[in-house]
Amino acid sequence: MLHHHSIGELADLLGRKQISSVELTRHFLARIDAFDPALNAMITLTADQALRDATVADRRLHAGERGNLLGIPLIHKDIFCTDGVRTSCGSRMLDNFIAPYDATVVARLKAAGTVMLGKSNMDEFAMGSSNETSYYGPVKNPWDHAKVPGGSSGGSAAATAARLAPFATGTDTGGSIRQPAALTGVTGVKPTYGRVSRYGMIAFASSLDQAGVIARSAADAAVVLQAIAGFDPRDSTSVDTPVPDYRAALQAPLHGLRIGLLREFFDGLEVRNRALIDDVLKVYRALGAVMVDISLKSLPLSVPTYYVVAPAECSSNLSRFDGVRFGHRCAAPKDLMDLYKRSRGEGFGAEVKRRIMTGTYVLSAGYFDAYYLKAQKVRQLITDEFRTAFAQVDLLIGPTTPTPAFAIGAKIDDPVTMYLNDIYTIGANLAGLPGLSMPCGFIDDLPVGAQLIGPHFSEARLLHAAHQFQLATDWHGRTPRGYQ
Amino acid sequence: MSLTRQDVEKIAHLARLAISAEEMPVYVTSLSSIVALVDQLSAADTGAALPMAHPLAGQSQRLRPDEVTDSDQHEKYQANAPAVQVGLYVVPRVIE
Repeated sequence: MLHHHSIGELADLLGRKQISSVELTRHFLARIDAFDPALNAMITLTADQALRDATVADRRLHAGERGNLLGIPLIHKDIFCTDGVRTSCGSRMLDNFIAPYDATVVARLKAAGTVMLGKSNMDEFAMGSSNETSYYGPVKNPWDHAKVPGGSSGGSAAATAARLAPFATGTDTGGSIRQPAALTGVTGVKPTYGRVSRYGMIAFASSLDQAGVIARSAADAAVVLQAIAGFDPRDSTSVDTPVPDYRAALQAPLHGLRIGLLREFFDGLEVRNRALIDDVLKVYRALGAVMVDISLKSLPLSVPTYYVVAPAECSSNLSRFDGVRFGHRCAAPKDLMDLYKRSRGEGFGAEVKRRIMTGTYVLSAGYFDAYYLKAQKVRQLITDEFRTAFAQVDLLIGPTTPTPAFAIGAKIDDPVTMYLNDIYTIGANLAGLPGLSMPCGFIDDLPVGAQLIGPHFSEARLLHAAHQFQLATDWHGRTPRGYQ
Repeated sequence: MSLTRQDVEKIAHLARLAISAEEMPVYVTSLSSIVALVDQLSAADTGAALPMAHPLAGQSQRLRPDEVTDSDQHEKYQANAPAVQVGLYVVPRVIE
């Protein structure tokens, strides 16, 4: 079945003209038609445009052109601007917003010949860990429709796990690629801050946001990251440093790799989750890796630090939604203040309003030093501790999430409990480090993820380590029941 | 620290958010619990640490030459605006 093939296998079939891009596109569109009414992973479908793009890709293939992604379908998270296509960011605020240009990630994947099937569901403005804050309704986890898929890139993760596309794009501000990847049994890569352009990616917290990939394996993710990584003059945080050959880096032996076990990640970890991570360590030991115990003593403060920095930046970024230039406007405003307040009050959902108010509070006169400045100091300590750790080890390993997928509705009324879901992923964002989540087993028939974190710009090392694990195991090859 | 209803009303005003009377108690409770969470930072010993300015050491905001790089696309951009007249954004009267 076409939807079980890797990106490499699909590119090979396309190159040998065993299949056409139009056939492949129709196959995935048919799966979306069949499965998405129940999953709700998609906000907007672009079937007609997809078939036109696939026809163009077929023409390029017939002319003898070859490419790792030429003719391969994908789904974009609805946070990336797509020229002429609604870009909602999961919000009523942007329900009618037609993006006037392509994000750089979108433009680069388009140039590589990919075929966009549509835009995926997400937590509103990427604020959430369960995909329940979306204006378009919650996404279901394909492993159990009563469970959340994680968030904020929950639609991208659920769609990839359900084989509705070979891969999808995502963004990660506090774990929004890695956490849903873990909860749906797929592989998610959050690159280094500055590795992938954010031009045209709707901003949430600008010192933390990073674009990345959700795919079914590290090898597939390597192909996609190759296409989107690299300097972009249109993103002022983009770093001008060479992009290594990620695919070439996958094959080397792992022998001698020094893996740090983060004590703060293992203390208090649920026993079955711990056992699965221990199994991952066994695989790595067998491959010749060396384990080193590491402690980052400020890391337990990462959640409170994040919930100062991210809301502060969100309150600033989302001030652009004023009901004047684009986005939702309330009916019959009586004056400008009424227009601002009601447009924003109606356009934003409950969690977004909560984060804006948290951010407004911590930045307000009299509180700035105690919260924002203090949080940025703790953030510096956490970053320094990571740097010290990476003098001793090549990468760090631990769980991606404290538990497997939880029930829809279980945490939505208790924001602090919801926030603690990201306890293992937030550290990498605060320090700008790359992180990867890969499937490593099941608890109660729900997938569990293991997380790798590396020093800045070590994506090749993370992908390599994950690929070697995936050569030795088949957790990443499991398909949810009903989606075979 | 617990926030009062008056605190939250002030924050909502500063954030330019209309919050209904029914929603208000939910925000008072949840924002108070978030403030309690972030108050953990007050006990942290940050010593001589400087507040972080950029996630990547040694990096700063890159600047570019002050040159016009965009063409005039105001009609395309204003297609998304709630109300436009002769190329201008329309808002309620602000000067009597």
